[in-house]
Amino acid sequence: MSALLEVEGVTKVFSMGGILARKSFEAVHDVSFALQEDRPEIFTVIGESGSGKTTLARMILGLETPTRGTIRFRGRPVSTRLRAAERTRFMANVQPVFQNPFEAFNPLKRVDRYLASTARRFLGLRDRAGVDRAMDEALVKVGLSLAEVRGRFSHELSGGQLQRVAIARALIPNPPLLITDEPVSMVDASLRMAIVNLLKSLRDDLGVSVIYITHDLATAYYISDRIVIMQRGKVVEMGPAAAVLDAPEHPYSQLLKASVLSTQDAGEGRLEVPVDLATASSRLLDEPRSRLEPRPDGRLVRVYSAA
Amino acid sequence: MEATLTVRGLKAYYQTKHFGVDREVRAVDDISLNVRRNEVYGIAGESSSGKTTFIKVLAAAVRPPLGIVAGSVAYRFDGRTVDVAKARQAEIDAIRWSHLSYIMQGSMSVLNPVRRIGAIFDDFAARPLGLKGDAFRRTVVAHLSRLKLPAEVLRAYPHELSGGMRQRVTIGLATVCSPEFIIADEPTTALDVVVQKDVLSLIRDLQRDLGSSVVFVTHDMSVHANMAHRVGIIYAGRLVEEAPTRTLFTAPKHPYTAHLVASLPRIGDTRPRPALEGRPPNLADPPSGCRFHPRCPLAIERCRHEVPPLETVGPDHRSACWRVEDVAPLAGTIGLQEGRTA
Amino acid sequence: MFVIFRDLVRHNLEFAIGITLMGIVVAFTLLSFFSPVNPTHIFVTMPDRPPSWTHLFGTNSRGQDLFWQLTFAFRNTLMFGLTVAVISRVISITVGLLSGYLGGWVDRVLMFVNDIFVAIPTFPVLVLFYFVLRSNLDTLTLALIMAGLGWPFDARLIRSVALGLKHREFTRHAVFAGMTTRKIMFEEHLPYVMPIVFATFMANMLWSIGLEVTLAVLGFTNINVPTVGTTLYWAINHSALVVGVWWWIVIPIVFIVIMFIGLFLLAISMNEYIDPRSRLNRMGA
Repeated sequence: MSALLEVEGVTKVFSMGGILARKSFEAVHDVSFALQEDRPEIFTVIGESGSGKTTLARMILGLETPTRGTIRFRGRPVSTRLRAAERTRFMANVQPVFQNPFEAFNPLKRVDRYLASTARRFLGLRDRAGVDRAMDEALVKVGLSLAEVRGRFSHELSGGQLQRVAIARALIPNPPLLITDEPVSMVDASLRMAIVNLLKSLRDDLGVSVIYITHDLATAYYISDRIVIMQRGKVVEMGPAAAVLDAPEHPYSQLLKASVLSTQDAGEGRLEVPVDLATASSRLLDEPRSRLEPRPDGRLVRVYSAA
Repeated sequence: MEATLTVRGLKAYYQTKHFGVDREVRAVDDISLNVRRNEVYGIAGESSSGKTTFIKVLAAAVRPPLGIVAGSVAYRFDGRTVDVAKARQAEIDAIRWSHLSYIMQGSMSVLNPVRRIGAIFDDFAARPLGLKGDAFRRTVVAHLSRLKLPAEVLRAYPHELSGGMRQRVTIGLATVCSPEFIIADEPTTALDVVVQKDVLSLIRDLQRDLGSSVVFVTHDMSVHANMAHRVGIIYAGRLVEEAPTRTLFTAPKHPYTAHLVASLPRIGDTRPRPALEGRPPNLADPPSGCRFHPRCPLAIERCRHEVPPLETVGPDHRSACWRVEDVAPLAGTIGLQEGRTA
Repeated sequence: MFVIFRDLVRHNLEFAIGITLMGIVVAFTLLSFFSPVNPTHIFVTMPDRPPSWTHLFGTNSRGQDLFWQLTFAFRNTLMFGLTVAVISRVISITVGLLSGYLGGWVDRVLMFVNDIFVAIPTFPVLVLFYFVLRSNLDTLTLALIMAGLGWPFDARLIRSVALGLKHREFTRHAVFAGMTTRKIMFEEHLPYVMPIVFATFMANMLWSIGLEVTLAVLGFTNINVPTVGTTLYWAINHSALVVGVWWWIVIPIVFIVIMFIGLFLLAISMNEYIDPRSRLNRMGA
């Protein structure tokens, strides 16, 4: 079984400041995981702001270079310094979907332009009919059609539709891997489940692996196979989604779960803040020595030497 | 119970003319509701539902091209009634901040980045409180301690504080004058899940202490489930359902609400969730009759031509649907027995 | 195209006035193609005749009919201004977009060159060119030289817009949609840059025409070519106002004022129309 994506010991350090006083800040610390070629899955990265999840996504997309560690796609290294042909081949296999559907397309241009460009560049299609066919096929996969979308500007479509068009665009080169960064956080609630269900069907029906980055535990539970929880750049817990979210072990994971607002007790006004978990997880941030320890159910949990 | 806010037949449109193109966006198209004393009224609606415009009208922040076309927005403070749809600027200034205040979304864009927090408090609250110097400072510090903010915060600049602290400062600004009516516009949308619960808990405690009415606007239904006493659902500029929170989430009486509350994913539940067809309506060219009819699974011919009125369908429960008797909770709604589907 | 024109005339008073004024000037210059006299010939009629029905704008001290002289003068000046503006826009757009979008060493090198050109004192350099080229300095050469000096300020403006656009999400999407750098710069980003290009186009015309007039009045251009500047040169040379030949100075100046006001009004009204924000408003965003 060959690997689709391998992330090994990836660390990213940003340094800021002038010549005399430089401060460094570790955005991502020693993250490792792998996705397999013939086992499509939805791999979720959960984190708050400052957890490093977006930086990790950027590194996987080749928009940033890791300070330490390597990222390999189908055995080939991913970096910012690829030559044009290699970069094209990489982009034909790994496509992104970003958070803001309203900013995904140039408001002054029609949206089918980007679909056509993707088809021409990555499928090598030259003729009008071929390009149209490729666009229509991709749009149908997301529940739209070329007739609905042709000639439209981005302000004429809703957030849900725009995000679906963005996903369709990403699917045109038939990539085996999709990196989605908070794809539904800016989409209306009534349209959100359509997109989340779509991601699920991409895995089940089309065999596409999806890296789903989010802060929303509920949708993560709903569609993920595996989940990794990050806090300030470090992995605190990683493993099968249901196992980790049903019974989280690390205090930070427990804190996240306890902070989720549930509709189960609608009307009761249960807003107790889990103060002990909050203090416990912020205290653990300062512990200098820790490592990831495996558990029998297949998860990894960060444990601390002093504990 | 006496209402602190009475909105009757409110219509507020955006009317623009650009190079001969006339557009009228009917953002708020006939809304009537009451908000009572000491209650949290949640307003739920998605983007382009008109809820943001509704809030601007409630906060008396109406500026061209937005204009109030019809209706009244009457506040009752100390036995006096002020209709902000018609009142003069002087009357509005008299109630602003001391009786009616506003917690805004996006604390970074609200707090002046080049002024210290103490100075910002001075700008907003000194005049309404009628205090100066030491007396003012003592009042502010006492108020901040209720928000678990230390007095040193007054000397800081906004960018020196974390997102959660800034939002607490914004809440503090809005509540320091103990207003009877607070409008909270998506106050926790940009915050992390952990900070959000903290901030919501704070708003709820303050509301209880002050006994104020709060209109809490957000598209996040799980926030309403835990914060609001009653919830009103706005769709395409109209109020389509209004009910006490538990009732809305367990026995909704409008197809849109039924869908909204059933589609929320929950940890521990991987049953497939329904997805709503179609797209939110364009307020410049809304559908005829009931505005939800193009997407409604229960739509009949009548829905296409006639606007259903908002009628009482239960205790404190109103809904605007021609087929209200046929609305049943969908699979995934909380409290629903297994095996019952739409 | 026609619809845009009609919309502008109907709804924008500045545009309507601007287009009328420029229309008058352009119509006037077009008459030069029907001129019965050769503008370089002198002493062909009675000098110093005031305006009359035979000579609409009178004659000057060099024995030329002022009316036909001015049609040529304005035609040459307008062509000159347009040439400078167009060429310098092309340079500033290319430099600005490349610099802003590519960044890195391309940006550093281009801005280094840019700043050198900003520092060059334009007027002395032009005078220097005159002394080197003398009578070889015809209008076209002068236009090319001024185009080469008139681009740096605007290149920096365009660069700042391009820098902002580089970080917008749709640029990232365009990259992943396989668009080449050239396509992104000139098809995605250029519409955002057009308002600056337009506003600076008019400003550039005003600058170049003003500078040409200054040079000509001082005698630092080829004074045998009829332009607005050289007309004024000869008028001053012959002490027109002192002698009482007021029409030689006043009439050209009236036309200059009409032209400048017309260009200015066109610039500000077209600018509002082209601005992406107002375009989005009109489209209904």
